[in-house]
Amino acid sequence: MSRNRVLTGSRAMVEAIAQEMRVDPTVFVMGEDVGPYGGIFSSTTGLLDEFGEERVRDTPISETAFIGAGVGAAMAGMRPIVELMFVDFFGVCMDAIYNLAAKNTYFSGGNSKVPMVLMTATGGGYSDAGQHSQTLHATFAHLPGMKVVAPSNAYDAKGLMTSAIRDDAPVLYMFHKGLQGLAWMAAPEGASTEVPEDPYAIPFGEARVVREGGDVTIVAISMTVHHALAAAEALAKDGVDAEVIDLRSLVPLDREAVLASVRKTGRLVVADEDYRSFGLTAEIIASVAETDPGLLKSAPRRVACPDIPIPYSRPMERFALPDAEKIRAAVQQTLNRAVA
Amino acid sequence: MYAPSSVDAPRIHTPDFITESALTIPIYGMLGEDGRPYEGADPSGVAKEIVLAMHDAAVFTRLLDERMVAAQRQGRLSFYLTATGEEAATVGSAAGLEPDDMILPQYREQGALRYRGFTAAQFMDQLFATEDDLGKGRQMPVHYGSRALSYMTVSSPLATQIPQAAGYAYGQKLAGEGRCSICYFGEGAASEGDFHAALNMAAVIRCPVIFFCRNNGYAISTPVSEQYAGDGVAARGVGYGVRSIRVDGNDFLAVYLATQEARRQAVSEGVPVLIEAMTYRLGAHSTSDDPSGYRSRKEEEAWQRFDPIARIRAFMEAQGWWDAERDEALRQGYRDEILAAMKTAEAKPAPSLARLIEDVYAAPPWNLTEQYEALREQVRANPDAYPKTAGRIE
Ligand SMILES: Cc1ncc(C[n+]2csc(CCOP(=O)(O)OP(=O)(O)O)c2C)c(N)n1
Ligand SMILES: [Mg+2]
Repeated sequence: MSRNRVLTGSRAMVEAIAQEMRVDPTVFVMGEDVGPYGGIFSSTTGLLDEFGEERVRDTPISETAFIGAGVGAAMAGMRPIVELMFVDFFGVCMDAIYNLAAKNTYFSGGNSKVPMVLMTATGGGYSDAGQHSQTLHATFAHLPGMKVVAPSNAYDAKGLMTSAIRDDAPVLYMFHKGLQGLAWMAAPEGASTEVPEDPYAIPFGEARVVREGGDVTIVAISMTVHHALAAAEALAKDGVDAEVIDLRSLVPLDREAVLASVRKTGRLVVADEDYRSFGLTAEIIASVAETDPGLLKSAPRRVACPDIPIPYSRPMERFALPDAEKIRAAVQQTLNRAVA
Repeated sequence: MYAPSSVDAPRIHTPDFITESALTIPIYGMLGEDGRPYEGADPSGVAKEIVLAMHDAAVFTRLLDERMVAAQRQGRLSFYLTATGEEAATVGSAAGLEPDDMILPQYREQGALRYRGFTAAQFMDQLFATEDDLGKGRQMPVHYGSRALSYMTVSSPLATQIPQAAGYAYGQKLAGEGRCSICYFGEGAASEGDFHAALNMAAVIRCPVIFFCRNNGYAISTPVSEQYAGDGVAARGVGYGVRSIRVDGNDFLAVYLATQEARRQAVSEGVPVLIEAMTYRLGAHSTSDDPSGYRSRKEEEAWQRFDPIARIRAFMEAQGWWDAERDEALRQGYRDEILAAMKTAEAKPAPSLARLIEDVYAAPPWNLTEQYEALREQVRANPDAYPKTAGRIE
């Protein structure tokens, strides 16, 4: 019988990786500081001890080398998990990601596959400035050929990681540092959850309704799910009943879950820690509008990071990043400014 | 040099491969561990004022680092990163340059910046993101920059400064003003593709740039034994046609003289030069790191005896230029100055909210203006939910 324990996001990720490594010898891990250090964000803690350095490989400091090598190894029949320490550093290795991992299957006429997991840390809120705090969901979701997931809690972290490893497509697994349960970065209540010991997989493209409500739909992902829940609690005191949807994956996108909720509420707020312009928030609103523009009773609202590099200064960063207050204000706007 | 296709290349008739041991690179050193010049090493070319100035900047940097690590532990700032043990590499090299040569740092080069004259107040304004910070409170701690001191603002992604340095130097050469650039990077960063791309191009198009590698043994937790299989970084320069030297990075005099000579060649001949300074990162990678998981205390202690500051001090004392009393006066003066500067900075206002959208573009486009207005409205409607920026939100 499977036991449930409360785990942090990072413990849940490591458990999924270890369980797959035990049953599948093709799974191995590569990256910077993933060995004795156990990952800067504890995403590989303990793996070296159990599986040894052939399968848990610290690499030279070259993302071009180890992500490119990950693509090659995946095409050779392995299931590599490679870690890009901060998503902000994708610039030095992007070709391996979007021209190789994402396109090799297509251009080989479907004759090759790239079952690689690229896990990477996202998000701000800890005064580390704009080259260590970006979220960049849309940057990757925009590019065809990769699946893109972003868990908001430990239960999903494990289930989505298991699916990512088993998937034959390249999967970008984007975890928010603030949800990992790290000693130096407080996680919101609800990030650590009960997690079954037995392996389980959460299918991609299935959003989850984390709070039911009839007045307004708040679509969120990763860290903004927690902001949205806090906003919903505050709104409940004002007599507003908000529904909160955790998308969990961007690609594939569970458009139907969003539509079903908006059909019910008629009002929509989308919250994402990524930049506002050309992003997930716009995509969700567009997908509702183009499916049935009559669903919305008021103008939809988005809450996201302004189109600026994220600043270090604590007060400035606080102003810039999405939070529960901003989501609450956006919801109020959808309620007040009804489109006649 | 033979081009690969050269018809003149000598021929061999057995398939003999060349190994890395064919090229054994010596280490250029002037001072032994005890601070005494090696036999055959003549330190008379280094002026007394230069030695004192290097020592001064190194002591300041060491004390600043100690103070800021303590401050980070007390929760007074989010992040810090020391250069402890690497002061000779960073300060000594800066001393070998002209003041308006360009510096493109990695991030552990506060010693070079200090040598150029960055003040305690300027360090603190950056670290505490005050309204007087030259970078307007935007870049993370230790990512200093100063246009006045020709010090490019630090950028976090590793090795990206190396191709830029080649280009900066190429621009300097075209401008014809006799300047060059120095580019610092770690031995870990030298594994990034940008290092290789930059060295090759700088050699081919002839850029007056000094590539300065701080080989401090580690890239966070990765030791050099897992970083490269060849003979360090200097050997690579040779392959790209870049003149290269390996220096004792804990020896101020050797670093200074090597950099001075590298500068002379770079500027007078318009060529790149590579210096690999062998040193050791005595502290943690940063305040987010705990090295006890990947290296032993014993190893760290063994390196303490190569402390560059102790070595140059012994040299200065032997010359009759320094004594314990002056040393204590210097240190006490800097301790007081640093502490006072920190307290002043902590009491200063943060940059105003308006600065959020400045400098993204020369003038904020409508989307930024609208986003800023919405933020202001948000703050106005919920004044208690947001931190104060000295009441200057308006
Ligand atoms: C492209 C990129 N990858 C990874 C990192 C994370 N990172 C920051 S410092 C560092 C180690 C660098 O080591 P080294 O170049 O030897 O410099 P040192 O810290 O030893 O001075 C790593 C991996 C980064 N900043 N940029
Ligand atoms: Mg290093």
